[in-house]
Amino acid sequence: MTTATEEIKKQVENKELKNVVILFAGDSGDGIQLAGTQFTNTSALLGNDISTFPNFPAEIRAPQGTLAGVSGFQLHFGSVNVYTAGDESDVLVVMNAAALKANIKNLKIGGTIIANLEGFGPKNLGLAKYPKDANPLTDGSLDKYTLYQVDLTKLTRACLDGSGLGVKEIDRSKNMFVLGFLLWMYNRSMEPTIEFLKIQFKKKPELIETNTKVLKAGYNYGETTETFTTRYEVKAAPMPKGIYRSIMGNQATAMGLITAAKKAGLTLFYGTYPITPASDILHELAKHKNFGVKTFQAEDEIAAVCSAIGASFGGSLGITGSSGPGIALKAEGIGLAVMLEIPLVIINVQRGGPSTGLPTKTEQADLLQALYGRNGECPLIVVAAASPSDCFQMAYEACRLSLEHMIPVMLLTDGYIANGAEPWQFPKAADIPEIKVNFTTKKNSVTETEAGKVEKFLPYLRDEKLSRPWAIPGTKGLEHRIGGIEKENNTGNISYDPDNHEFMVKLRQDKVDRAANYIPEQKLDNGKEKGKLLVLGWGSTYGSIKTAVKECIEEGIDVSHAQVKYMNPLPKNLGSILKNFDKVLMPEMNNGQFSKVIRDKFLINTINFNKIKGMPFSSSELKEKIKEIAK
Amino acid sequence: MSTTTAAAPGEKLTSKDFVSDQEIRWCPGCGDYSILKQVQTVMPDLGIPRENIAFVAGIGCSSRFPYYMETYGLHSIHGRATAIASGLKATRPDLSVWVVTGDGDGLSIGGNHTIHLLRRNINVNVLLFNNEIYGLTKGQYSPASPLGKVSKSTPFGSVDHPFNPLALVLGAGGTFIARSMDRDPIHLRTMLKRSHEHTGTSFLEIYQNCNIFNDGAFEVFTEKASKKEETLMLEHGKPLIFGANNDKGIKLDGFKPVVVNVADVSANDLWIHDERDIMKATLLTRFFDDPKKAEHMPRPFGVFLVQDKTTYEVAMEAQVADAIKTRGEGDLDALLRGRETWTIN
Repeated sequence: MTTATEEIKKQVENKELKNVVILFAGDSGDGIQLAGTQFTNTSALLGNDISTFPNFPAEIRAPQGTLAGVSGFQLHFGSVNVYTAGDESDVLVVMNAAALKANIKNLKIGGTIIANLEGFGPKNLGLAKYPKDANPLTDGSLDKYTLYQVDLTKLTRACLDGSGLGVKEIDRSKNMFVLGFLLWMYNRSMEPTIEFLKIQFKKKPELIETNTKVLKAGYNYGETTETFTTRYEVKAAPMPKGIYRSIMGNQATAMGLITAAKKAGLTLFYGTYPITPASDILHELAKHKNFGVKTFQAEDEIAAVCSAIGASFGGSLGITGSSGPGIALKAEGIGLAVMLEIPLVIINVQRGGPSTGLPTKTEQADLLQALYGRNGECPLIVVAAASPSDCFQMAYEACRLSLEHMIPVMLLTDGYIANGAEPWQFPKAADIPEIKVNFTTKKNSVTETEAGKVEKFLPYLRDEKLSRPWAIPGTKGLEHRIGGIEKENNTGNISYDPDNHEFMVKLRQDKVDRAANYIPEQKLDNGKEKGKLLVLGWGSTYGSIKTAVKECIEEGIDVSHAQVKYMNPLPKNLGSILKNFDKVLMPEMNNGQFSKVIRDKFLINTINFNKIKGMPFSSSELKEKIKEIAK
Repeated sequence: MSTTTAAAPGEKLTSKDFVSDQEIRWCPGCGDYSILKQVQTVMPDLGIPRENIAFVAGIGCSSRFPYYMETYGLHSIHGRATAIASGLKATRPDLSVWVVTGDGDGLSIGGNHTIHLLRRNINVNVLLFNNEIYGLTKGQYSPASPLGKVSKSTPFGSVDHPFNPLALVLGAGGTFIARSMDRDPIHLRTMLKRSHEHTGTSFLEIYQNCNIFNDGAFEVFTEKASKKEETLMLEHGKPLIFGANNDKGIKLDGFKPVVVNVADVSANDLWIHDERDIMKATLLTRFFDDPKKAEHMPRPFGVFLVQDKTTYEVAMEAQVADAIKTRGEGDLDALLRGRETWTIN
């Protein structure tokens, strides 16, 4: 005999999935970034492997309801390892008609749409440029998908009726309803979000209560509404044992810089000017003044790099950060640092170019700018990060190389990994090596004169790395002058001598080249050491290439993968790796920049595969290309 | 410069100690020689060890200055000395930082950095050598050249209006504003010392003769025959008096300054110079008439304005100290760990 309660309880099927891609889309003001981030953190805490990709319009508040104003947050989570934010989504959450129109093409056939009913009124349909009287929710055009229409606004308002909040404020919490519902659907706890709300609204306790109420209402809606009969489970991923946290690229970059400064025993000075998508590095650094971090929001990009040079001259770790347009403005300052041979770290969070280009979209088109974009022969060290968490490692490396070699170093990341998040098995501080910085305090040469031996300080005397001594103001007896005019080796005096100039140009190049002795050798990420096809990537294409190559190998295709992170100088063994393959395929989010470099350095043919759409590669388009070449 | 480390007693340096071994490459007869000499003369009196002094310059004739000083020095790129000095002083408040710039370097290509340095009130001393011409590039007009200036780039005369440099500095929030000239060594040395003593950005405009491309640009102010008639030497607490026989004075008629005969008024009626009065300083910066005009005010020299304002580097250090005090010295492990973690077993 069954009781009445059991009769009412609906039958819910539990289905296990390996991985799921959810795309939240709506207006910038809909709070979907927040809902997405909370779902991400909850999934990470559950042990899923995750990868996210927020996608914003360039305008902070683009016209509401329009296609231009659609903002998205894509999350890929799995019980298997995930390396990208996913090609197509399984679930599409849309707050309005424009969000549906902009994203429907990336939803899998048979995928789920959760649509906010209020966002499909005549006005919204018009703004989304649907033909007059057409409504995708009712016209059968979505028949290939599972469509759930939820009246979020009405449900949220009903939930907060009598709460004392205004309609605007009530409507703003409808993102919590969606989040609660999805947490139910994917068997996830609401606790992490409730904890988050408590911290977020510490100063407005009434909002903790109302948001929690809406969140629970969303959860219960899934529980009680007859429509939803399946819940999904995505178990923990087989990650290496250890403690993890979730990390975004810009955040990781900032932490890498702080760590390097601490390990070098120097003050971190960050001179910068706000620019998308690099500003979050400044925001993060500015929080950590208790590490002795000094952030300087300069009047422009030029002042930003110059203030960092001034800080380095004084014995701090001078760092500047920007995106392509800002790096263009800094070029002369970077050239000065090359001439001064002092430490300087320059971060370029690349975005679509040229000019203002696509400020909020990703691209890898500043590689040649990094390598060559200054007047004169002006080489510097260039490194690139491969994933959000790798930004930590490469930021630390940029600082290490700059300080130990007295050369400016540019770190390339991009919008995709800067704003993307992934789980990170963070290191213990004690396991991170110290960075050796020796300020020179003594004169370093003796000259015989008629008056006897005279001790002198030669600011451009060199060691085995060709690096020069760093003598900072305040050091008695080592007063000296340096500048941007060509200088005589050893003394650093101004020199217009033709032979000296050629010697110094070659020497500065040699100095960069020698850094190859102090960087790790190139490793293959996957595949055999010799074979038919090598996929050679650099920087942020890592996740997409890794996924594609892994799947191709599983299908029996002879393909290997190497991802370059040290762009200049290149790892010493890269040439011998390339020789082991019949073909080299080079996917890049640009028009073939690294490919040019590889052809130039190694005189080999490379096959370019370029995507310049402001979007990362999907692993399926890479797979297709690999299969075509491997035939 | 209260934060600067003082020299150990008994270590009295001389001006020779501030002469570097570099050959000076300015044109013979250039006003820069006098300025260099006065700076080297004043330095020992400041009581700062050489190693705690840094000269930062941009590009231009004046910007070669650091090479000739036996201190730390940085000869940088055009217009950016102020920005570089900002980063240096922000991280090294213990140093005495001097910026040497010109009317092209500091007011044209580097104008933006100049105004923002002043706004932030970073405790550095700016010496702007104003020769109203581009010398290093061989004689184009500058943003300080008077309207109609005939130069290589303006054979029919310039059509753009010049900056009034000290009015610009005042507008940007300068806390120490002064003017001097290459041809008055005693006055220049006094102004250099006053610049040094001020805590905050000190801005000293120095009229400097370019005898090659703009010879005599300031001679009405510097030559004996006209100097007393054309200049107004400012002294704190003293009435504004000038003229060949100290016979002229300035009186304020409401907000309008008028020239009067000293004999015709009582001493109390004259404008008494007050370095702390920003309204009066504002009027003084407007004493900027073309001396060729029939009715014109004399050009003021001396300290126009002194204001007390927190300096950027002190405020920055205070924030760091406060963060350490309230949150404890940064713990790397805590930073790397963040707020939320999970464990995979």
